[in-house]
Amino acid sequence: MLGEAIIKGMAVTARNFLGSYVSDERLTTIQYPDERQSLSEAVRNFPFLVYDAGDWQKGLRCVACQICEKECPPKCIYIVKSKDKKPDYIGKPQLYPAIFDIDTSVCMSCQICVEVCPFDAIKMDTEFELSTADRFGGLLLHKDQLAKPNTYYHKIHPTEAGEVDARLAAEKAKVEAKAKADAEAKAKAAAAKPAPVLAAAAPGAAPSLAAKPA
Amino acid sequence: MSSTTVEPNSVAPGPTQVAPQADGTGVPSYSLAPKVTAAGAVEGELLEVSMGPQHPSTHGVFRMDVVLDGERVVKLKPVFGYLHRNHEKIGENTTYLASMPYTDRLDYFCSMTNNWAYALAVEKLAGLQVPERAEYLRVILAELTRLQNHASLGGFLLQDMGAMGTPLMYAFREREKILDLFESLSGARMMCNYMRFGGCRCDLPPGWVEQAKKVVNDFPGFLDEFETLLNENEILMARTQGVGLLPRALAISASVTGPMLRASGVNYDLRKVDKYGIYDRFDFRVPLGEHGDVYDRYMIRILEMRESLKILQQALRDLPEGSIIDPKAKLRGFRPKLGEAYGRIEAPKGELGFYLISDGSPNPYRYRVRAPSFINLTILEDMCLGHIVADAVIILGSVDIVLGEVDR
Repeated sequence: MLGEAIIKGMAVTARNFLGSYVSDERLTTIQYPDERQSLSEAVRNFPFLVYDAGDWQKGLRCVACQICEKECPPKCIYIVKSKDKKPDYIGKPQLYPAIFDIDTSVCMSCQICVEVCPFDAIKMDTEFELSTADRFGGLLLHKDQLAKPNTYYHKIHPTEAGEVDARLAAEKAKVEAKAKADAEAKAKAAAAKPAPVLAAAAPGAAPSLAAKPA
Repeated sequence: MSSTTVEPNSVAPGPTQVAPQADGTGVPSYSLAPKVTAAGAVEGELLEVSMGPQHPSTHGVFRMDVVLDGERVVKLKPVFGYLHRNHEKIGENTTYLASMPYTDRLDYFCSMTNNWAYALAVEKLAGLQVPERAEYLRVILAELTRLQNHASLGGFLLQDMGAMGTPLMYAFREREKILDLFESLSGARMMCNYMRFGGCRCDLPPGWVEQAKKVVNDFPGFLDEFETLLNENEILMARTQGVGLLPRALAISASVTGPMLRASGVNYDLRKVDKYGIYDRFDFRVPLGEHGDVYDRYMIRILEMRESLKILQQALRDLPEGSIIDPKAKLRGFRPKLGEAYGRIEAPKGELGFYLISDGSPNPYRYRVRAPSFINLTILEDMCLGHIVADAVIILGSVDIVLGEVDR
């Protein structure tokens, strides 16, 4: 019959329309911003810098190695290294970024900076409501805007942050154990050898070694 | 069909052109001056219309310069390049890894397949071995991509024909579920940037396989609904059958690939021909069309979705445990040895290939993309000649183009 298929198609439309009153599963839209979808853990948007402990300037994990700046596909990261050094989470003196800018109007959220970072210092944020009236200044984020605490990282990516923390703790424990073993070996050597030899060796020790916490 | 030859006017002669031949070759001759019959009466004139680049039915910033005799298309010139972003040159000036997120932005509907084609080329170049689990993941993601691409294409095509909203919204409702899967795996809905040279970036989050199985099991229900909605619709059949014919010989000689080629009856699917990845392990068939018209091209995609579901069911069932990336693969300081490689896959739109030449440096010396949309678009004029403007719109819709890939 001519028009039969049209009626069949209309029946499908009617079923979908009426079904949305019966079954919540058929409702495919939500009333944003009053209602919000929960984001999955893997969601990524723009990068931010992680810092440990309370002070963002002291606890910043970034050591300004500039790998992310080099690997970034659209080249939206700008880093200037510091002149002096600060101790990092294992107490090793490291450089820190004097300037760390990310132009989020250029960033394409590819996550390559996160993947190449050897220090777990840069991670992806999930914040997406970033509209601003100033399209140049407002989207160029500086170090103070980018720095976010590790607790925030735990909040948005709990599983991943847990893994990172475990890895960092293991590394720290390894370094500490090595330092302890070194100190013990040194003490042993000092005890075994006569005193004048030790006195002769001491001035030759590197200043960095002397500064290393045992 | 109206005659495509028009008498040139003596006052303002049109450009000298070759009359179209019976076999479809030759450039149609036309003149924008008034048409004059043998008796000397003025019969009207041809009209040159620029459709696009802001026309809603051109699927992006694409322009068709059409010359019309009344409603009939006498000449059609596709104009592209509005979305040109220097993709290939960027690829030659960045590292191999940094090109990966750029490939997402070629055909932004199918970032997973783009990633795969590029990764395949680099893996050939560097001689990396992809672990079993990563191969399965790639197949699953590529077939999910095919599902959502074909579903949205169906929606867009029907929208071009005037089925406003409904089929497209139904398709997008299903597409959303697949994009949710992509999001929970890779972190992004469309710009996934998921595959890496020698494997994949991260392993599946917990519960992903179950969620994917649910999507795959629910999808046939959507396909049935989608087919009931319009497949046998008399208006749809009248609009699409016999429209935009693409003869088998022309399709082959124009190196058309993908569903368009198969709709013309050519059995050529890289998943069967090349058996890249692990496609030789799956049991699926390649649907073929008979007439090569718009209806065939639409139906081929529906049938391909059903075959993709078969592959997905097998892949999700057999997904092994194990590592997801070749231990030899390096993220930083990646320098493949001298050589060249061509990686190609059956993307939802056709054969997507990446041709790379390495000179041993961190950047490719030459980076070339064989984009299926672009090559499929070259025969647009041959399909549109003699049809009315509204048909030209659906013929373009049935080619399935994404301008990100056409213009690169």
